[in-house]
Parts: sequence; structure tokens; C-alpha cells
Amino acid sequence: MPSQAMLNHVTLTVNGVPVVVQAASTVAVAMMIAGQACRTSVNGEPRGPLCGMGICFECCVTIDGKVHCRSCQVLCEQGMEVNTEK
Amino acid sequence: MIREAQHHFDVLVVGGGPAGMAAAARAAEYGIRVGIVDDNFRLGGQIWRGESEDKDKRNTEASKWAERLSTAGVTSLCGLRVVHQPAAGVLLAENLDGFCELTYEKLVLSTGARERFLPFPGWTLPNVMGVGGLQAMVKCGLPIRGKRVIVAGTGPLLLAVAAYLREHGAEIPLISEQASRGNLARFGIELLGWPAKIVQGIQLKRCLAGIPFTANSWPLAAHGEQTLKSVTVSRAGRVETIPCDYLACGFHLVPNIELPLLLGCAVGNGCVQVDDFQRTTAASIFCAGEPTSIGGVELASVEGQIAGLASAGRTAEARALFGERHKARRFAQLLDRTFRLRPELRSLPLPETVVCRCEDVSHSRLREHTSWHSAKLHTRCGMGPCQGRVCGPALQFLFKWKPDSVRPPVFPARVETLAATAGELNCSTAKG
Repeated sequence: MPSQAMLNHVTLTVNGVPVVVQAASTVAVAMMIAGQACRTSVNGEPRGPLCGMGICFECCVTIDGKVHCRSCQVLCEQGMEVNTEK
Repeated sequence: MIREAQHHFDVLVVGGGPAGMAAAARAAEYGIRVGIVDDNFRLGGQIWRGESEDKDKRNTEASKWAERLSTAGVTSLCGLRVVHQPAAGVLLAENLDGFCELTYEKLVLSTGARERFLPFPGWTLPNVMGVGGLQAMVKCGLPIRGKRVIVAGTGPLLLAVAAYLREHGAEIPLISEQASRGNLARFGIELLGWPAKIVQGIQLKRCLAGIPFTANSWPLAAHGEQTLKSVTVSRAGRVETIPCDYLACGFHLVPNIELPLLLGCAVGNGCVQVDDFQRTTAASIFCAGEPTSIGGVELASVEGQIAGLASAGRTAEARALFGERHKARRFAQLLDRTFRLRPELRSLPLPETVVCRCEDVSHSRLREHTSWHSAKLHTRCGMGPCQGRVCGPALQFLFKWKPDSVRPPVFPARVETLAATAGELNCSTAKG
């Protein structure tokens, strides 16, 4: 039987490393908890979420192989594989 | 989730914040077919993010409107963003899995506002975010307890978000507001005309007790290697460096007018122009809320109601709300006067400071140009995925450049979605 704590949490991987987040967290939150940049800028700088509402595209990541997903607009799912965009 | 490839509505509402929810509910209560589409995964917009489904907050405005939407049988299409208008009366929208066509008799645009961001050294570091941006992340699960957050920029959002963050366990070493003490004092006096705002203000003051607040203050630089470590602020003439985990920084709001522009609605002073019934200059298209002027939730709600009623042909009922709207509009003008940007903020970026974050275009490369159009052609400034939504308002302030024209698609879209509009594909039904 899964415990209550497990039901309230979701495990996904960020750049191959497992991250546990509260259920109903966005992928952008998972990136921040993992301490990973979402994307690498044209000049090679790390970038993370800025606007939090789907406007700025700074939080774009690759989710389960789909590129350029705005991580602040996507909810975490169990087993999701998320990667920083280079 | 897209269930069918095509949806037809008597009234279609784009944007599910306070204005859109009010418009959809008021229109649908007269028995016509109403749909509401929003890019976010839930209705409520930014201000009511998460509230309508929070069981502890059943009696809020948000939950009341959510209830009315569901009772009136409004179709909610969340997680779907409108990218293009392939033909008059047809909008094309997509999500992660596919796309669909939305057709309408009447359209209400309630696309809301976004934060205005201004460049300063270090503003591109991870953990430097918008004020509303950081709040949205916390509402979406970011743990903030015990974190040090500097809140900076301008506008009423600074106080509201600082109170919210503190309530969730954050430490706020400083609220840095660029507006002058004089402007803020006048704002306080004029607020006496809005009793509801006074009550909000008193509650806010209680939540903010003990947090240092400085007027005439702005960030000079954010420091750190891979992520933020500290922020240097100008604090009423003194320069101070404060260690922190996050910098929440936004300079009030700007209307989201890209879709109204694409659909041919006339814009003046950066806002969509509407008549008494919230009708735009484009046939059958109404607009309500922040795109018509930055006036907050009360104005958005009453404009939304008027637009919804008018779109359903209920002009007498709409007219009954004109007085309420008039009062709310005066508050919008007050906000505008109080939080006008000071010219010193134009000198914050250094030559090497990035202004266009999508394409990493520095301030020194931009200042050689005389218009945004010229800068676009030579530097790609504003041509990245955000399509100038972040750098555009900054360029307007820094260089007084006029916004460039809007072109379809208004958001980056997949080739399959756009190909469908050219008739090469019929309709794709999305998974899920």
C-alpha cells in the first residue's frame, strides 16, 4: 500500500536524476528544486523561469523527448523525463 | 486536452482570468453556447491562480465565478493557447499534443497583462524572477519557507506578493519601490475614495509589519555565478548589497495586446480601444480587463461582465454596470500616475547587459539603432520565441521605440498546426 505521503508526491527525473515534488507542481518548480537551469542561452548562460505564466519562454525544457516545452505551463507526472535544453 | 478538432460557440472568450470568467458566465446565463479558452492549466488567471479549486477558499470571488461558469454550462478549454486566425471568425489553438479550431459568432478577448521587466546587470541569473512570477511558482509548489527574497520594482503587486511570500514562510529583507515617497503618499490619500481598498490596505499593512520598505529605491545589480547570491540596491540614495536566495522584480504591468492586434482591433497608448459596451473596432470582437487599461481585478470583473452581457445582446443589463465601471476606471488612472517609471531606470543596463533574453542581444548593440524594426533586422532583438513580449516594453521605455507590428502566429506554433491552416492537413484530433 502506498503511504499518504507517497500519494501526495510525484517522482520525475531532471537530467537523469530523480526529483520528488508535491503533486500538482509544475515542471518549472521541479527544475528549481533540482537546482538545474531550464535552458542554455545563445551565449551559453544558464537560464531559469522568469515570468511564471507562459510568456517569456525562459523555462523551456525537453519533456519526454518533446522539445521547447514551457515548463511553467506543464504539471509534473510520475516518471516524466525532463532535460535542460542546450 | 483536446477532445474534438473543432468547437463552435455563440460567444468564445479568450483568457480565463477575472474578466474572462465574468464575461463567460454572464453570457452563458442567457442560455447561449459559451466557451472559454486559456493557456494555463486552470482558470483563474494570474491573480486567482489555484484559488477556485482550493477547498479552504470556497467563498472567494474566484470560486463564486467558477461555480457560475459550471452552473451555466460553459465549456472550459484549459492548457490551450490561441496562436493564429486562419480566417475571419476562426481561431487556431494548440496544446502539447495537438491543435484545434475554435469558431465563434462573438469573441471576447480578455488576455490579461504581463509584468514589465527592465534590464539591469545580472537580471538574467536563475532565481531572478518577476514579482508575480515568483508568486506563481510558489503557488505551483516551489518551497519558499526560510528563503530570503528581495522584492523590487514598482506597483501594488510588490506589497501583495511580499505579504503572500511571508505568509508562506519567506524572509523579506527589503521591499524596494522605485516610486517616490510623494507619489506613494498621494496614492494613500486618494485611496480614501475606495473603502474596499482601504480594508485591503489595512490587512496588508498588518501582514507586512516589520518588513523594511523603501521608496525611491531600485535594484542596481544582481550577483552570482550560476545562480543568484546577492543584490545591490540603490536605497533612497544609499547603495547597499544584500545577500538573498531570490530577487522578485517587476515594474508594474503591461497589457497583452498581441492577439487583439492580430485580429485588427485598434490600439491607442498601448491599450485596446473599446466603446461603452466593450466593443473593439473589429466587428463582433469585444475586449475586457487589463488589455483595455491596467486597472486591477475590480475593473476587470465589471468590464468582463459588460462584455459578456453585450456579446449576448443584453445591452440594458450591461448598461446597468456602467457606473461601477466608471469608478473602477478612476483607480486605473491613479495606478498609472503613482507608479510611472523614473528616468534613472534607463541607466541601469551596462553596455554588456543583455536586453533581449531570447537572442542575448546586449544594450551596446541596440543603442546604435533608431527603431525596433532596425534593431530587429540587424540584431534579431525581439525575434526569439517570446516575440518581444519581454524586451518590447523595456525597449519602449529605454529608447522610446514604438512596438513593431504583430505577425501570425502570435505564439510559436508547431508546423503541423500551421500547415492545417494552409489546407494541407484536415483536422488532427489530439491524444488524451
